[in-house]
Amino acid sequence: MNAAAAVAGSQGLWFVSRASGLALLVMFSTVVVLGVAARLGSAPRRWPKFAVPEVHRTLALFSVAFLALHVLTAILDPFVTIGWAATVLPFASGYRTLAIGLGTLAVDLGAAVLLTSLVRARLGYRAWRGVHWLAFLAWPVAFVHSLTAGNDLGLWWVTVIEWGCAIAVATAMAARVLQGIRHPRSAGQRSASYDRLTPQKGALR
Amino acid sequence: MTGSARLRVDPIACDGRGLCAEILPELITLDDWGFPVIQGDVPGPLVQCAREAVRICPKLALHLGKVPLQKRR
Amino acid sequence: MRAYENIAGPSPSVADRPAGQLPRLLPAGFAAGPASLAEHLGRYGPLPPPRLDRAHRDALLGEVEGSGLTGRGGAAFPTARKLAAVAAQAAPVVVANGTEGEPASAKDKVLLARSPHLVLDGAVLAAALVGTREAVIVVHHSVREILDEAAAERRRTRLDRVRIRVVTGADRFVGGEASAVVHWIERGVPTPTARPPRLSERGLGGKPTLVQNVETLAHLALIARYGAAWFRGLGTSAEPGTMLVTILGAVNEPCVHEIAIGTPVRDVLRLAGGPSVPLQALLLGGYFGRWADAAAAAPLPFSAAGLAPVGAGIGAGLIAALPADACGLAETARVVRYLADESAGQCGPCLFGLDAVAEEVQRLAEGRTSSLATLRRWLGQVDGRGACSHPDGTVGLIRSALTVFAAELEQHAEGWCCATRAGAVLPVPPRGPR
Repeated sequence: MNAAAAVAGSQGLWFVSRASGLALLVMFSTVVVLGVAARLGSAPRRWPKFAVPEVHRTLALFSVAFLALHVLTAILDPFVTIGWAATVLPFASGYRTLAIGLGTLAVDLGAAVLLTSLVRARLGYRAWRGVHWLAFLAWPVAFVHSLTAGNDLGLWWVTVIEWGCAIAVATAMAARVLQGIRHPRSAGQRSASYDRLTPQKGALR
Repeated sequence: MTGSARLRVDPIACDGRGLCAEILPELITLDDWGFPVIQGDVPGPLVQCAREAVRICPKLALHLGKVPLQKRR
Repeated sequence: MRAYENIAGPSPSVADRPAGQLPRLLPAGFAAGPASLAEHLGRYGPLPPPRLDRAHRDALLGEVEGSGLTGRGGAAFPTARKLAAVAAQAAPVVVANGTEGEPASAKDKVLLARSPHLVLDGAVLAAALVGTREAVIVVHHSVREILDEAAAERRRTRLDRVRIRVVTGADRFVGGEASAVVHWIERGVPTPTARPPRLSERGLGGKPTLVQNVETLAHLALIARYGAAWFRGLGTSAEPGTMLVTILGAVNEPCVHEIAIGTPVRDVLRLAGGPSVPLQALLLGGYFGRWADAAAAAPLPFSAAGLAPVGAGIGAGLIAALPADACGLAETARVVRYLADESAGQCGPCLFGLDAVAEEVQRLAEGRTSSLATLRRWLGQVDGRGACSHPDGTVGLIRSALTVFAAELEQHAEGWCCATRAGAVLPVPPRGPR
């Protein structure tokens, strides 16, 4: 294989890495928005209640495949030395340490969320929920990674996607935090006197 | 009573989200406030659906087991 | 069977009395203040030293079983069985429950105020029986000082090998429930917790916990001294022993008395000076009890078996007399509103269901509705669907009201009520900040 083909192969890997990265950002953002929607119960009325939580779960698992592609193509790219350690250890990469490191950190956090969700029944509700909040940390880390490690912000449509994802997730996060402040109990149907009863928050769980 | 499993809900954990009643309408109906009323004996053919309902509960409030229901004081 | 006597002067010790004499738990006469340790030991004699070895524990447990003592907190669970279940576990802890969340009931407060050492004897004894050196006693704030002083007195004289901790109970209705008491001691939150696991397996601090009403422990302390046969000297053969009852409402001298189980209801009312006006109905057991027609209930023995024909039980030992000129539906509506507001708020059917039911009962009392269909539907949906018996007890009260006050229901449906009394009969604490 001559040098040109090697470079072309490297270009190919790099291209796939960037493309899968962008796709991952869209998927991850969708997963976060769906997760908040599941929690808030905001879905079209006709949909069965399990629809949104199940799509959230399925999409999260599916994105792992894209994540594997994204990480492998980056590691295997002979043009840059990232090293296998950087798949799990943040800031272990020689190339663009900070940018790649943020990506690794996002993967670590995301993996914690995903794995605990898979064994949720064994873990117990409270432990699972505590770890799940890390998703709200994983997303901004992944987002900054996409801004610093990616090279494609010059493309107008990439910028649009980045902005779109940011706005969607920021809205979802704000809605979730607001819900937590306003209604410490999650939404069941409420009786007419619910608001009269809720001031006794000390006694409610 | 040849039910091969017993389904029960933890009323403190339950928040009345209602996903369980969608998965297992044969055994779970919702009361006037959205909380599940459960017919506890699960016949063999429905055990798989019952497991699904247990998995899908967002508060992990459903429990499936062979143990008879705990009698409250 | 001789009833309670008002004896002036120092009373002979209980051991000298024949078995068939009251009072057992309370000092005779109404001398002010609690019995001191010296007075207590003079009246009852010394507590048998609790030897912790197996043979003596089994012997005492056998005595408790032979006595037929059941819990006096309302559930009437056989005490010996509870003790055995906890004794079989490792490193248990004893909780004496004197919270008495029921606002109309005063028996535990009176017992603790007058005979604190008898209760502490029982707690220490229970601790020895289950094999622990830790006992916690939870009491109403009005008697906290008395218990502190009594516990300090015992520490000074090094009376017990068991460490007694005094805790003030939560001032909430559900605060008296067994798991709520444990939750309150541990976390300061007086709400019931989900079970399994049972308290006898995992309770306070993760340890197997024995939760016993303070009156039950007082009886235990007497059984250890005088034996099962003495205990059975009063009461019925199926329900032996004595119990404390709170008598209130339209009676001349409402207060707490000790009776032999099975005493006819009208005799119990006479202990409180008898009815002050003609009576319509009686609330038997407590706010989780049952209404019964006064004339039908009066001749019945005050025991679980005796009250069964009118669908009632002895509950937490309360009899509230409803005068004929009061409205039973209005009283029930007030109590149910209170019970709904006192929901711990953890379980949807209780939080929302009782609130809806309380509104509906209020509408029935005010004559704004006459249909029972919605109410009965909701009662069916609420019953048995909480983590504790709060919704069940409330539903039972309402169902009994619908039966006993059926005539009132018809009147209200036609737009009038025969009641002329304006004031409330049953005490309901005012709603305020917690």
